[in-house]
Amino acid sequence: MIKMIIETDICIIGAGPVGLFAVFEAGLLKMRCHLIDALSQAGGQLTEIYPKKPIYDIPGYPVITAEQLIKNQLEQIAPFKPTFSLGERVEELRKQDSGSYEVIGSLGTVIKCQVVVIAGGLGCFEPRLPEVKNLDRYYPNYVHYMVKDPHHFRGKKIVIAGGGDSAMDWTNYLADIAGEITLVHRSNTFRGSPDSASKIYDLEKKGILKLLLSHRLDSLEGTDQLQRLNMTDHNNDPVSVDCDHFIALYGLSPKLGPIARWGLDLSMNSILVDTKDYSTNVERIYAIGDINSYQGKLNLILCGYHEAALMAQSAFKYVYPDKRLSFKYTTVNGINEF
Amino acid sequence: MNFKNINIEVIDRDGSLKKSLIEVDIEDNLMEILKAGNYEMRATCGGMGLCADCHCEILSGMDHFPPPTDQEYETLDTLPIIFNNSRLACQIKKGDYLSNTKIRLINPS
Repeated sequence: MIKMIIETDICIIGAGPVGLFAVFEAGLLKMRCHLIDALSQAGGQLTEIYPKKPIYDIPGYPVITAEQLIKNQLEQIAPFKPTFSLGERVEELRKQDSGSYEVIGSLGTVIKCQVVVIAGGLGCFEPRLPEVKNLDRYYPNYVHYMVKDPHHFRGKKIVIAGGGDSAMDWTNYLADIAGEITLVHRSNTFRGSPDSASKIYDLEKKGILKLLLSHRLDSLEGTDQLQRLNMTDHNNDPVSVDCDHFIALYGLSPKLGPIARWGLDLSMNSILVDTKDYSTNVERIYAIGDINSYQGKLNLILCGYHEAALMAQSAFKYVYPDKRLSFKYTTVNGINEF
Repeated sequence: MNFKNINIEVIDRDGSLKKSLIEVDIEDNLMEILKAGNYEMRATCGGMGLCADCHCEILSGMDHFPPPTDQEYETLDTLPIIFNNSRLACQIKKGDYLSNTKIRLINPS
């Protein structure tokens, strides 16, 4: 396990648009930020779910695509040198005697901070799991829900299951690396990118890929190690494929996850906050963006930006307990980079 | 479209059968209509047919529904589990055909 210790002023959980803007508002008050996000890139649902979609209600932009907005936001916060732990989900929060916090990530990263800001959107994106017998028995050594290191599969017999772009793209990528590769899809066509689909048919024609369409997953079988995947075909007849690894790629869906265990007041799946500064019931912990809830709450990016600004003004007292806060405009003072 | 109320039978995510008369006003699609009828709809993508939070199975009345959009097909294709009459409620536009139908809401996997 990688063990990395990071010291910062504010730890922001979630690197979506609101988490990113919190870096800017904190930066104006000379507070440093570290962001941690389960996804492997910044942007949250904007880059994960709808990167190409136009957004029409960002002030100052008649229209901007989701991915462009995130690109701009990263540029906007660059002067404040934020640091990131991407592809790592938060597991635990430890309160220190001094009142400060340690945020513990799933890869062992420890983030020491004065303030925790939860900007977790609708939760932590987690893989959708198929219904296959013995899945748990072979996870995580032989069953995978994302490809972290493609070279882990070098020379191995692998089966990929799924019919979306990510299943097709990884099949195309891993075809050169794996020893044997099979793609299993429930239906008889691919509806995703036509370009990726034609590459899949090409690989099958060349004999590199075994393509099983209209197959249903049934069970995994083996000893301590995974040995085969059992399925049924369109006639309901049993079919088996030998494999060392099974990779199920059925997209991601947000789950609240460990946040639910931190003693925060919750309503449904969101965190209740005080609208004077978007603080939670736990001192030094704030919640901004889609993850919070209050009377009149709207899940809009622009509301999250406002919440980030008020949060930063309030968090200042924990980072600089001996300093007086004075409110300043960027038009007067510009950006004083770190 | 000039109709006001939709009669719909819904098997909720906890398995209970509910009969709802939902007053429809500014709602554009079945996801929004169900939300107006107090069914839980997280709708991560807000109705773009991308997240499948509104995945449902149409149990009766499907024949009169408009066919799935390309986006709907594409998203359904990425899910680990679907049913014969799986649809994404957000991609089903408001229409008379919604009345007297029966649907089942699917828990996000």
